[in-house]
Amino acid sequence: MSANAQNIGTQVPVPLDHRSPARAGSPRGKFGPASTIRPIRAGANEVAKVMLNDICLSYRTQRGERLLALDNINLEVKKGEFLCIVGPSGCGKSTLLHLIAGLHWQTSGQVFVDGKPVQGAGTDRILIFQELGLFPWLTVGENVEFGMKMKGIPKAERQEKIRQYLRLVHLSQFKDSYTHQLSGGMRQRVALARALATEPDVLLMDEPFAALDAQTRDLLHDELERIWFETGCTIIFVTHNVREAIRLGDRVALLTFRPGRVKREFAIDLPRPRVLEDTHVAHAAREILDELREEINRSLEVEYNVGVKPHVEVGAEL
Amino acid sequence: MKRAAHYVIFYSILFGIWALIARLHIWPPYLFPTPWGVGEELYAGFADHSYWIAIYVSMQRVLIGYAISVVLGMILGLGVASNKFLEETMGGLLVSLQSLPSICWWPLALLWFGLSQNAILFVVIMGSLLSVTLAMEDGRKQMPKIFGMAGRNLGARKFQLFWYVLLPASLPFIVSGLKQGWAFAWRSLITAEMLYVSLGLGQVLMMGRETSNMNAVIAVMVLIVALGYIMDGLVFRSMERHLQHKWGLTPTST
Repeated sequence: MSANAQNIGTQVPVPLDHRSPARAGSPRGKFGPASTIRPIRAGANEVAKVMLNDICLSYRTQRGERLLALDNINLEVKKGEFLCIVGPSGCGKSTLLHLIAGLHWQTSGQVFVDGKPVQGAGTDRILIFQELGLFPWLTVGENVEFGMKMKGIPKAERQEKIRQYLRLVHLSQFKDSYTHQLSGGMRQRVALARALATEPDVLLMDEPFAALDAQTRDLLHDELERIWFETGCTIIFVTHNVREAIRLGDRVALLTFRPGRVKREFAIDLPRPRVLEDTHVAHAAREILDELREEINRSLEVEYNVGVKPHVEVGAEL
Repeated sequence: MKRAAHYVIFYSILFGIWALIARLHIWPPYLFPTPWGVGEELYAGFADHSYWIAIYVSMQRVLIGYAISVVLGMILGLGVASNKFLEETMGGLLVSLQSLPSICWWPLALLWFGLSQNAILFVVIMGSLLSVTLAMEDGRKQMPKIFGMAGRNLGARKFQLFWYVLLPASLPFIVSGLKQGWAFAWRSLITAEMLYVSLGLGQVLMMGRETSNMNAVIAVMVLIVALGYIMDGLVFRSMERHLQHKWGLTPTST
């Protein structure tokens, strides 16, 4: 795995003042090649926050064939790390998040969180679904409250936290609105606040910004990065958008098309905050995109059963 | 306002035709009750409190019976919807049982519970339980799966998941079934009361039959319809509207 790893970007020192003390404290091999890939060895006796060990998942299709969706996935995510997973659609990247969240079961292999095997859903790992899954019968505030209520946190404390997290995502005025009254970007932030309010160690995000317009997405990138700095949580972020992955991730894992395997990992050593239009970002994106393109071509071949020219237009992926 | 005017016009015409036919004296008044006769009967019934008591007794019975069938029906419906075996086997049985008028259970109910309040409750429950069960099963299936997953993800377990997520998430899909269940419960109750001498609207109606007082029969029928309508309008219609508003299913109603 580490042989596959490669560092991308200029070796510019990271402006340390930008990150919160919580995050600056975590040991990060900024300059050594591939040192971020193997956190167990890098940080003396630190156990990986999330470890995927030989994860395989297969299921039976409608026609009764056995389909291998995930094949031998091995990944380690360090505490406080921001990992992006990219891959063509149908590579099982969303499923992978469901496995980590404990909402589905893998066929073989094991998911470890803090060195302990995952036994089902738990509020230490909160998944933000692609469709969000906000509860339409609850107000924005009640949505944010939900996880805390399930945990049995006292009412007064919940009210305080609701205020705190709505302020964090700039939605304080919308506490009593219903979710259908909000715009797409605002709903996205409600989902983020709802997830954060349970104070998870690991935030799992499944293409959360895919349906948003570019401006809103840029804003939410900034906000997510800020919240990540402030909370110091570990984020695993799934996207099909390579530039988004580079904009946000400490590291990008590229998954192959069906069955999903980790094709390659890229450490993104670009200074934060990054700008999508930045040439370094674009340069890094090109490298990953070249690899991704192969997988997209393969997926097209399978899905449409035709040979495709080696350089298919993937502008939409940007 | 326009709607109210329409109502007034419609009911004036309806009563006008009724009064006109009664005025023509084609049939004697004991065969064809007159509007004013029915009106007098209603007044007298409320004045001597006999209708109030009948309404109170009937409403109490139907509310208890309906409440029990809602609780049972929700549990049954959820069970059927979440278990493949039950769904395949019991699902079909439930649908076919729904064609059975609940009063068919009356002989058995009498045997099991005797000539008592419980026999009536049993018939009421059998009348509305199936509608609620089927509605709940359907609602559970129509409900987007994401809500259940999100609930589990946020730490809701077992009863919490049912009470705070699955139930509210399926409410818009089951409210019409709940309404239907209510109508069935109400009908079953009146039928059962007509067969069993006890207080209640059904019995008052049968008293009218036995004393050949068709005015009283019509008066009680009017009461039954009015009560059904009031429940429908007050409880279910407002519940539906409230849900639609909350879920954003109507354009705007703020």
